[in-house]
Parts: sequence; C-alpha cells; structure tokens
Amino acid sequence: MIDKKLLDDHNLTHEEYDRIVELIGREPNLTELGIFSLMWSEHCSYKSSKVHLQKLPVSGKNVIQGPGENAGIIDIGDGLAAVFKIESHNHPSYIEPYQGAATGVGGILRDIFTMGARPIALLDSLRFGPLDKAQNKSIMSGVVSGISGYGNSMGIPTVGGETCFHECYSKNPLVNVFALGLVEKDKIFYAKAEGIGNPVLYVGAKTGRDGIHGATMASAEFGKDSEAKRPNVQVGDPFREKLLMEACLEATSKNLIIGIQDMGAAGLTCSTTEMASKSGTGIEINLDKVPQRETGMTPYEIMLSESQERMLIITGRDKVDDVQKIFAKWDLDAVIIGRVTEGSRLKVSFKGKIVVDIPVEAVVNLCPVYQREICRPASLSMFPTDLLPDIPGDLSASLLRLLSSPSLADKEWIFRQYDHMVQINTAFLPGMDAALLRLKDTKIALALTLDGNGLYAQLDPRTGGKAAVAEACRNLACVGALPMGVTNCLNFGNPEKPETMWRFQEVVEGISEACRVFDIPVTGGNVSFYNESEGKSIYPTPVLGVVGKIDDINKAVDTGFKREGDDIILLGTNRDEAGASLYLKLMHGLEFGPPPQIDLEKEKKLQKFLLEIISLSWIRSAHDVSEGGLAVCLAECCFSGKNRPGFSVTLEENMRPDTLLFGESQSRVVISAGKKEVQKIIALAKERDIPCRVIGKTGGKRILFKHNGKTVIDLDAGQAFSAWKTALPKIMAP
Amino acid sequence: MKVRILVSFKESVLDPQGQTVKHALHTLGYDFIKNVRQGKLFEIDLDGISEKELEKIIPEISDKVLTNPIIEKFTWERLDG
Amino acid sequence: MKFGIVVFPGSNCDRDTFHVCNHVLGHKTVYLWHKSHDLQDVDCVILPGGFSYGDYLRPGAIGKFSPLMNEVGEYADKGGLVLGICNGFQVLLELGLLPGAMLRNKNLKFLCQFVHLRLEDNKTAFTRKAKIGQILRMPIAHFDGNYYADPGILDELRKENRVILRYCDANGLVSEDNNVNGSAESIAGLINKKGNVMGLMPHPERCSEQILSSEDGRVIFESVIDFIHA
Repeated sequence: MIDKKLLDDHNLTHEEYDRIVELIGREPNLTELGIFSLMWSEHCSYKSSKVHLQKLPVSGKNVIQGPGENAGIIDIGDGLAAVFKIESHNHPSYIEPYQGAATGVGGILRDIFTMGARPIALLDSLRFGPLDKAQNKSIMSGVVSGISGYGNSMGIPTVGGETCFHECYSKNPLVNVFALGLVEKDKIFYAKAEGIGNPVLYVGAKTGRDGIHGATMASAEFGKDSEAKRPNVQVGDPFREKLLMEACLEATSKNLIIGIQDMGAAGLTCSTTEMASKSGTGIEINLDKVPQRETGMTPYEIMLSESQERMLIITGRDKVDDVQKIFAKWDLDAVIIGRVTEGSRLKVSFKGKIVVDIPVEAVVNLCPVYQREICRPASLSMFPTDLLPDIPGDLSASLLRLLSSPSLADKEWIFRQYDHMVQINTAFLPGMDAALLRLKDTKIALALTLDGNGLYAQLDPRTGGKAAVAEACRNLACVGALPMGVTNCLNFGNPEKPETMWRFQEVVEGISEACRVFDIPVTGGNVSFYNESEGKSIYPTPVLGVVGKIDDINKAVDTGFKREGDDIILLGTNRDEAGASLYLKLMHGLEFGPPPQIDLEKEKKLQKFLLEIISLSWIRSAHDVSEGGLAVCLAECCFSGKNRPGFSVTLEENMRPDTLLFGESQSRVVISAGKKEVQKIIALAKERDIPCRVIGKTGGKRILFKHNGKTVIDLDAGQAFSAWKTALPKIMAP
Repeated sequence: MKVRILVSFKESVLDPQGQTVKHALHTLGYDFIKNVRQGKLFEIDLDGISEKELEKIIPEISDKVLTNPIIEKFTWERLDG
Repeated sequence: MKFGIVVFPGSNCDRDTFHVCNHVLGHKTVYLWHKSHDLQDVDCVILPGGFSYGDYLRPGAIGKFSPLMNEVGEYADKGGLVLGICNGFQVLLELGLLPGAMLRNKNLKFLCQFVHLRLEDNKTAFTRKAKIGQILRMPIAHFDGNYYADPGILDELRKENRVILRYCDANGLVSEDNNVNGSAESIAGLINKKGNVMGLMPHPERCSEQILSSEDGRVIFESVIDFIHA
C-alpha cells in the first residue's frame, strides 16, 4: 500500500500525492506512482524554477526553436541551423565519476542528433574541490576520462570549456556538458507523436535495471549514504550510441521519421508521455515487446529504467520496413512496441493486463508549480575595501603563484585527453577565449564558449548572473564573433531553502537583464538543484553557453601576441575593485565582495567596438580580462603567442598595485596591434566613446609591469610559462 | 558448459597498467607486493559441443579472437563439471 | 584516381578523410562499407581512424573480421595500395598485413596533440613527394599507439628501411623525451616488405588545409596520387 515511506522513497510530498489521486480519479498503482514521481521530479518538471525561468528572453529573429524541445535551434545562414544545449550530470559524476560524466556526454549528444543534427562539438564546464585532496583528484581524473572515453569514441570533438576549483565543490562536483550540432534548416525533427494508429518503435540498446530513479536522485540532497547508491548510475556504451547516431541521422535524412525522442533520464516514461503530450494524442505500449537485457523485470522497472543509448521513434505504417532496414544495417534493433492513439492517455500493457492507464496531460503538465519561499541571506560577506590585507612585498611571486594555481594554470593535461580535432573543423586549439569551428564549404565559422563564476554569484547573485552573460559574450567578441544564442545551466543548492531560492531568482534576473541588453535569446538550458552534501551547498553557479558566428573566418583573431614590437592596448577601465577576486582568495584566503560591478550598456558598446576593429583586420590579438586580472591576462597573451614574446607594460592609476594587477574589473580587453593601426584604433575608439590607451609593447624575454615609475613585476617569460604549463601535470602525476 | 579464459600480456611485454597498479599499491603501503600483471577475463557459456570439441575450440577462439598472440597469452579452465 | 575509404561501425575519421581526398585534393572518392565484398576498382584503399567496434576487446581486433577485409587482403597481395591511419593502422596490425602490435600509451592516457615526425624514407608510394629527414607536424589522437614488436622484427624493419615515420622534436631529434607514447624505436609509421601497405598513427587528414594550422599531411596523399599517375 502507498504509505509515507513509499512516498518519501519517491520524493513525493503528501500534497503531491493527493493531487495525483485527484487527477487520475483513483489511487495510483506502484508503476503509476513511479511514473508520476519521475515526471514530477524537479529534474523533469522544473517545478521550483518555472516561475523564474519565464523571465528569460526566449525569442529573436534567428530563433528557430526556443526552450521546450530536446535542444534549442538558431538560424546561422547558408541554409544551416545550429542545434545546441547544455545539461548537468553533477550527481551521477560524484557517485561514479567516469560513468557519470560519460553518460552525461551520451545524453546531451542524443538531444542533438534526435533533432536530425549531426553533433560537431562538445564543451564542458567542470568544477571540483581543491586538488590537494586525493578524492577531488580522483573525481577529476574520472570525469575527464569519462568525457574522453565517450566523446572520443563517438567522434565528436571536445573543443573547449572551463575547469575551476573551490572547496564548495568538494562533495558536489559540477559536470555541465554542452553540445552543438548542425542541420539543414528544412530537415529538423521534433519530439511528437502524430498520426493516430502510427507505430511506436523502440530502437537501440536493450533495457536493463540501470539508473532506476536517476532523475529522482538528481533531485535530492546527498546524505552520507550516497556512495552506496552506485547501482543507480547508468553505464554508457559509446559504440552503441555511435551506431544509433548514424542510424538515426540516416533515417532522418531520408525523411522516414515523424517524431523522435531519446530515452534519457526517465526513460520510456518521459519519451512516451512527452511526445504524446506535444501532439495532443495518446500512446499505447506493450512492455512484453520491449527488448530486455535482464530477466524478470517488472513493469515498474521497465518504465523507469534509465538504460542508455535508446530512442523512441514514431513513423508512418508504410515506412516501418525502411526504418527497420536502416537500423539492421547498423546492427541495431528497431521493434514496434505500440501505437499512437486517440484520447490522450498513456496505456501500458504487460502480460495481457493493463498496468498503467493515466492521462498524459496530468503526468507532463499538471505537476504543481511552486513559488518557493524566498529570503535574502542575512550576511553576504560584504566588507569595505579598507580592510584589505597588506600588499605583498613581491608581486612577481604573487603572479607566479596565481599562474600555477589549478584554476588559472594551463589545462592541456585535461584537453589533450579529449580528441579536439576529429571532424577537422577545429580552427583554434583549446585554450583560447572561445572555440572556433570552420564550417566546411562556407566562409562561416562558429565560436563557442562556456563561462560561469560561482564566487561572484555567491556574493552578489544578480551581478554574478549579469557578469556570466557579459563575459561569455566578451569571449566571443574577442575572437571576432557576434553572439547569437545562449543556453544556460543553473547549478544551485536545495530550492526548499529560502536563501537558495533568493539567489536563484537574483541570478535568473541578472541573466535575463543581460540577455535583453545584448539582445540574445536563451534557447534552452537546464536547472540542477540539490547540489548539497551533508547540508553544505555549492555556491550558486550559473554556467552560460554562448554560440556566435563570424561571417569570414579569415578575420578571426586569437589571444596570443604575434610579433615583437607591437603595441599593447587596453580597452576599458581599470577600477579600484579587489572584491571577489581570485587573487584575494588564493593569496590571502579571503572571499568577500562586492564582485566587480558591470555596466551592461558600456559592455555592449565595448563588444561592438571590438567586433568592428576585428572585422577591419586592425588587430593581431585580443583577450578579455577576467579571473586573475590584468597581469594574468597579459601573461596568457604571451604564453599563447607565437614564440612567446615578453612584454613591458606601464600603469599609472592611483590605486593599490595588487588591485590594479589582479583586480577583476569588468568590461576590459587587451589587444595588440602594429604601429600603423594603433592610431586608427585610438581615433575610432574616441569616436565610439570607448576607453582605449596604449599600455605597453610586446618584445623581449621578460614580463614587466611598472606602476607609477616603480617596477612591480619582473619575471622571466620562460620561467613564468613553465610554472603555468607544468602546474597541473605535476599535481596530477600518479 | 561454462569456461573461464584469462588473457594477459606475455612476460616479455611491458604492462604499464600493471606497473601503475603496483605503484599505487606501494604508495598505499603494500610494499611487499612484488609484481602486478593486469589482464582480461572472459566467461563463456557453450552449448551443443562435445568435451573433445571444447578442448579444440577454446584454444582456437583464444588464439584467433580473444588474444593478439604477438603480445598476449591465455589460460583457461572449466567452471562446471 | 579513385580513393576508397572503408567504413567500419565505429569509424569516425571516414568523413574527414573523404573530405580531404575529394574536396581538398579533388579526386574521386568512395566509401567502402565493411559488410560489402566490392572494392569498386579503387586505386588506393584507406582504413580510416576511429573506434571500429568501439575498440572493444582490442583496437582493430573485431574490425579485422569484417567481410570486406578478405578483399582488402587479396588486394594487398596483388600489390594494391593500402593506407591505415590510426585505428586503420591498428586493424592492419591485427590483420597481420603489418608486423607488431599496439600497447596502451606509456602515460596510460588518451593523447590528442600535434607532434613532430621525421620522415625516414621517401622511396615509397606514400612518401615519394617528401624529402628524407623532412620534419612533419601532424596531430595524433589515440589511446593505444605504443608500438611493440619483438627485437627480431625491429631489426628487420630497420635493415629493410621499413620505418617511415619516427616521433621527434621540432629539430628532428629522436629521443625518449620526444617519444610521446612510448613506441619501440619511436616508430610512428611503417610499411610492409612489398611497399604497398603502410600504417601510421598520426592523422594526415587532420593537417591538409591551411585553416587547420598545418598542411604537412598532404604530402602523404599527394605521394599516392603521384604514384598512381606516374
């Protein structure tokens, strides 16, 4: 019988249960209860976040598909569309890092190729606890191997992303995976179950007991027993998925499919009900026909299984043979398990009996929506800046320490485990402000970036939300790409805590405001709540994935200095803002705000100016100033430059040298250009009202900073490079 | 019939995975461990062949498919009867 | 001339190689499905990179049983040109068309990066447009590229000039430091006795266009084209 314990096990409240009874007009049986618990979980229903997410701008002239489908789609010209989305796989990656991350990659790729698009790029945003703890190291190793194992085998290049470290991610690692695919505009497929009587085909891997309750797991806090939850984690089979991808793309390209949806989290339950709901139809399936890997599975287990690499396809009766032939060619099953019906009910039979008979609408759309309680935290760690610690005597040493900290150090240890070149579109190797992919047979290139900052959002969530959008767009502007669409992954703690919900609301409003100012639509995304272990929450961590376009790939610029003797120009203003900087955190163990403030209108003007001078081919490099401040930014321009030229920079602002060098004021970009262009850049900047001045020159073998006539940093460029380059391999050495 | 086949690197071939496991065990204090060789295990169910055929078939599939004889060797055993 | 690119389940550089042979170099190119028995009269068979059969069991170990491999074997016996890139090289080793085997990379990690390679022989159909000692910059992307052969085979390869590419540094120096995956004698590519079957771990198709930061891979394809047209 259904009692409190059973409801608790299904993460359903008593009120939710009463609502189920009311909606279906009777008590549900166990299988039906399981179905509701999955579809009404936070992961599937967005019941806590919905009211806030409605504030995001979702339309725009290039939007073909906004939120609500497997992935968002934008028009990129030349008859092509980009299909992209980000998803979190945080909880599974903590429990079993390799498989958790691998199946995260598998899931997001299915979201892309279900729509008829061939995936061409993966990026990932990873956050771990500090690497001085063995458990964090082993989580990072496992996650990176998992992404590598799955993505490489599928032949989808992992071309970029970000990796950050902080104590708050120690038992709550974040694994946010982004994928993008390309499709011809007139060959896009959707998740729909149209045409009464049309067959429902099950394709791909057989169903086992894996991952039962994965979606509800992703919607609950971790207690001490979560290590024992391993059986919940699905095991990925990238080879099978590669075959599934080729077969699905072959079937969609031949127009043999009416509707298609993958069986990711919430498996057969989610795919059947969502497709029927979108078309206002019903669906009938016979579980005896479902290919099974294990014996003795119950209807509950079959409906709730999260076995990977499976899809549900609706096709016309006359096309079943052709579809089955394609899947047979790729050694895959394609079995008819049911049909589309009138009357919008989900009916499931098993061994001759009806075991589920419920209204689709109730499952998919009538989950209670919560306006969770909101409360601004009492303390936000705001301190006046006159409480800053003493200025370190040796700022050269401070720079070296920052450069060799895992958050800022070179990430080659990670990205060389990813095949980042397969498909031969990778025009920039990883490590630049944005990944750049050429589109074969066109002059167009796509630029992709992922960006987020947990500390900013912790100290000032609204600013954190705005800054995440601004920085991601700035990353694109730095390579010369115009931002076209956004997908976001919002990682938070327990939404039942009013402080968490306040932060969530603030972050969403910040993102929303920034997207409106920059005029870019949010085409989808993912919310991951309950990132808490033993009562400790992560910092609110919005991760923004932005897709941009360059009309002529030959105009693109990267971050590296190109020649000795070029002028180094700073666009933007160095402000007296030390708050929330990585410098304070790493050098002084301090985390306090406020984070650097951002003026979105000024930011927009700066990015527009940058795009203009890049399209005029006036500059040789561009790099935005972010974590680690101006000093780290300039060092990176040197490290990624041809022959790594040193540089000499002179600063005159009247402020503490450490704030000037390492503060993280927004809306700043460092560019380099030849003599002839510099005067033109300065003149145009004046016309456009952009702060712009020459701060130094490239050349020599040293990294030199002077402040008000005094040398504040003087390092051998080779030594600095080596500290930056070898830091992560040293830490990760077995 | 049920058979277990063990595949491992030939002695002459360096086994970096085994070496790494050994190193890890040493760091954990198990320094009495002298050597580790890592391999693969196959458990195979068969039906409809005679004992005599089994003696022929198992080495045959091991040689042809389950191992690369240039670098790997195998042993096998019956798990039933 | 006409290139044929074998497609195994799990191949993932087939389309890249097709793009280079067809769009970049302008030659007729066809895909050869692994279950077929027809080589379609091609002038050169390429076994592309990827994860045939998921690299399950061992890289290349299942691919070698694909039906088309019978025809590829006969084609090679008759002197037809066969080029194996990365996973294709692993398949050629498993098939026994080339000697030796691949072990896991010495650091036990997948490695995707540009490397430098020294070209050791230019008297082959695959390298005739290159210079001996020429240094090529090409990407690798593999987990199992640590070449192994017993000392007798290594001797033979050396004596018969059958090592075609070795890992080296930017100046052509071959040393253990530059031997990125731990291969015996830094071997990155080799050829059979008859000189018509070559395998290499680096990916020439990934560096045959200027936009991809190196065009050093073209010389392999251009040599084949030159050989066929000669």
